[in-house]
Amino acid sequence: MSASNVEKILKSGNFAVTGECGPPRGADAEVIRKKGAHLKGYVDGVNVTDNQTSVVRMSSMSASLILKEMGFDPIMQMVCRDRNRIAIQSDILGASALGINNLLCLSGDHQKFGDHPTAKNVYDIDSMQLIQTVKRMRDDGKFLSGEEVKGKPDLFIGCAENPFADPFEIRAMRLAKKAAAGAQFVQTQCIFNVPKFEKWMEMVRGLGVHEKIYILAGITPCKSIGMARYMKTSVPGMDVPDELIDRLKGVPKEKVADEGIKIAVEMIQRMREIKGVAGVHLMAIEWEEKVPEIVKAAGLYPRPQIN
Amino acid sequence: MIVANRKPFEELLEFIKPYSKILLLGCNECVTVCATGGAKEVAILASELKMHREKEGRPIEITEHVLERNCDPEYVEGLRPMIGGYDAVLSMACGCGIQFVGEHYRDKLILPAVNTTFDGVTEEHGVWAERCLGCGNCILDKTLGICPVTRCAKSILNGPCGGSQDGKCEVNKDTPCGWQLIVDRYKEMNMMDKYMEIQPLKDWSTSHGGGPRKRVREDLKI
Repeated sequence: MSASNVEKILKSGNFAVTGECGPPRGADAEVIRKKGAHLKGYVDGVNVTDNQTSVVRMSSMSASLILKEMGFDPIMQMVCRDRNRIAIQSDILGASALGINNLLCLSGDHQKFGDHPTAKNVYDIDSMQLIQTVKRMRDDGKFLSGEEVKGKPDLFIGCAENPFADPFEIRAMRLAKKAAAGAQFVQTQCIFNVPKFEKWMEMVRGLGVHEKIYILAGITPCKSIGMARYMKTSVPGMDVPDELIDRLKGVPKEKVADEGIKIAVEMIQRMREIKGVAGVHLMAIEWEEKVPEIVKAAGLYPRPQIN
Repeated sequence: MIVANRKPFEELLEFIKPYSKILLLGCNECVTVCATGGAKEVAILASELKMHREKEGRPIEITEHVLERNCDPEYVEGLRPMIGGYDAVLSMACGCGIQFVGEHYRDKLILPAVNTTFDGVTEEHGVWAERCLGCGNCILDKTLGICPVTRCAKSILNGPCGGSQDGKCEVNKDTPCGWQLIVDRYKEMNMMDKYMEIQPLKDWSTSHGGGPRKRVREDLKI
């Protein structure tokens, strides 16, 4: 077992809560400290995004270290878009050396969506192969070249999966592949369409994958009707049902944010009832200050302390 | 075939600005098939350029010439008797042809009139699409004839990524998701079990990652 708190929580059978902290578009460490302060004590681990949506930000490794120094268990995200296998292995060693114990392996959003659409992408390896790479370095003590890693990295290996992307019929199989590659936990894309998520979980259980990998359901509270609409129409692979937008529309304007929180809390309750869901991953995008309220309302506070 | 697009007219005007007599070169191969740089397109561009320069009061003399192939020395050498009489050459051949002509006539500037874009096919009349990146290490057996390296925007070997929706790629709603096509093909051939195989890391040294590539057949050398 790694030194990861998230791993300890999951292995002890507790329902895990992870949060997310997007690094700033600048070199000011205070921004990440302020964001982090909202989450302190309310999450078991915190994801640190890696130039999400292909917009240049402070590196995920640096922001992870800042959060680590604050007492968090950072979950460093790593995308294959910007690094070849040399840089990837180097960063895996570097992250572990800094005491980062969770690595989330992702392909990464295409650069077309970001602030440098004329950039050349790398994609030397894909997310599946990144999982294999981390596992090989950690468990076999080998680089991809076959040479020995002197001082193995200590990492809990995570991945993401989007149950709402197409083709739907392979989405559970794809998770099975990631588990076989070595992923130990998965955080899903934001869930708004619960029936579809339940259907996916049924397929996941059908393959027995829920026994091989810890599944953390992705939860995002909607701040406004505009945000829900934006996610529905402009974010690739997002499934936001009209009923959710209608529900937000159905309350007075000043109550929309509260309703968004309420929906998120209800969503967490529903996730807790689904067999095979081991926790939730809260993505309160630029709304980190609401995480304590959500975690408390969902009955998931205080967070267990495991040594 | 190699597919190319003509460069914007203004860019071409800028290229030929200093000159009063140029050779406009076309090619009878790929760029003819993709309707970019064959005899017809050479004639159209020559008229456009001449008309524009005429209007500017700086007429230009343009000779149209189409080689059978711009990538073969025997045809390229055919230019020798005539090329000396021109200030420059504006070429509508692909990037290979443009370079190759330049290698043969080092005292001449060969200017590109097209942007060479991809190796592809004619999907339908007037529609060309990319199929091969020439990675040098073909895996079409594993993906049943659909190349993920070329047809996935991220060249993902274990796809599809989370951005595949309604069969389309997240990068462009008009582009089919390569991995959707592969999954459809697995189903069609009743070979879904193949999907569960994890594709190993690719050896990119056979691709451009290994530098410019060359193939030599000693037995064919004269």
